[in-house]
Amino acid sequence: MELPKEIYLEVVTPDRLLYSGSVREVSVPALNGYLGILPGHAPLLAELGVGVLSCTNDGVQHHFYCSGGFVEVLPDRVSVLAHVAERSDEIDVEGARHARDQAEQLLRSKDPQTDFAEAQEDLRQALARLEVASRA
Amino acid sequence: MKFVSAAKLKRAQDRVLASRPYARRMLAVLNSLVTRAQAGRDEEAVHPLLSQREEKRVELVVITADKGLCGAFNSNLIKVASQFLARQAQRDVRLSLVGKKGWDYFKRRSFTVRRQYVNFLTKVEFGQAQQVAHALREDFVTGEADAVYLAYNEFKTVMRQEAVVEQLLPIVPLKQIPEGVAMDYLYEQPQRQIFERLVPRHVEVQVYHALLESAAAEHGARMTAMESATKNAEEMMESLTLKMNKIRQAGITKELIEIVSGANALAR
Repeated sequence: MELPKEIYLEVVTPDRLLYSGSVREVSVPALNGYLGILPGHAPLLAELGVGVLSCTNDGVQHHFYCSGGFVEVLPDRVSVLAHVAERSDEIDVEGARHARDQAEQLLRSKDPQTDFAEAQEDLRQALARLEVASRA
Repeated sequence: MKFVSAAKLKRAQDRVLASRPYARRMLAVLNSLVTRAQAGRDEEAVHPLLSQREEKRVELVVITADKGLCGAFNSNLIKVASQFLARQAQRDVRLSLVGKKGWDYFKRRSFTVRRQYVNFLTKVEFGQAQQVAHALREDFVTGEADAVYLAYNEFKTVMRQEAVVEQLLPIVPLKQIPEGVAMDYLYEQPQRQIFERLVPRHVEVQVYHALLESAAAEHGARMTAMESATKNAEEMMESLTLKMNKIRQAGITKELIEIVSGANALAR
């Protein structure tokens, strides 16, 4: 059986449709690590973690920041239902740097009051945002 | 007022349209998941929010506006909600009210109001939908309610809203089988875990969508109401001006006749 050459990607958040179009391949930040998806993938359902969603379309790479939500993969389409998703030109770099520094400081402080899980989550989000911004 | 509403309407309308893809995809994924999971195997995967029970206690969420001056927007919805309640007469019904107008109406009547959210909708945020949805889920899971319905105004066009009552819980799986083979998914995380996150999320999205629809419909209704109010006022002004001019003219004519006939009498 010949596999299709392209897969239809849709990235949506509760308040908007961020991206839709046919792409060659998609890389999705699932909860347990990145998933590379090519056209003709078996049906799959996964939870999204925090990270960079990339897709290649006509040799051009697009990067998005996304955190939380779900991804549904069908042989001919990928639906990303993200809680939060941002395009690289929408990212507040200053804010992300600030958040990163603050989270790092919290993690270093060894203060028993610190919610480590939360600080780590903040750090991951800030780093992912910065990565997307740097690849723009 | 009309122009204020027109500007707000534009924004609200954009938001409804922007939120539709997500709500649609969510529903499609959920449906696909439910059908595939059933085709695949076991009853174990049935989530508490999908469990069908005999409907003894029913909760109705009524989404109205906080403000009036928007034509039949609120009264229409209240009428539809009341008709629904009349059909549920032998069941134990409780209400959750979003918006001041619904609260004003129902508090004077003999209904159990569980929650009310007044002045809550100045700007619809996802967090607010989560808050409402969370409370509803609690009620359903703890057995406080065996079914939850949403009554809200659906935004059809700027000129038209439609009051609808929809079932929110338990989630009704559509019997539509997704195209292709109903093959079960590969699950990146345990199926249960995904289900446990996806299903509540779906409820939140449905509530959010209803709130946005209602907000857009409200602005549409208000704009239409304000437009006809302006038109009526203009018509009235026109007819009153005409009347005033007629009376004034009649007065002048009368005085002239008096003067002329007086002068004629003297001349004779």
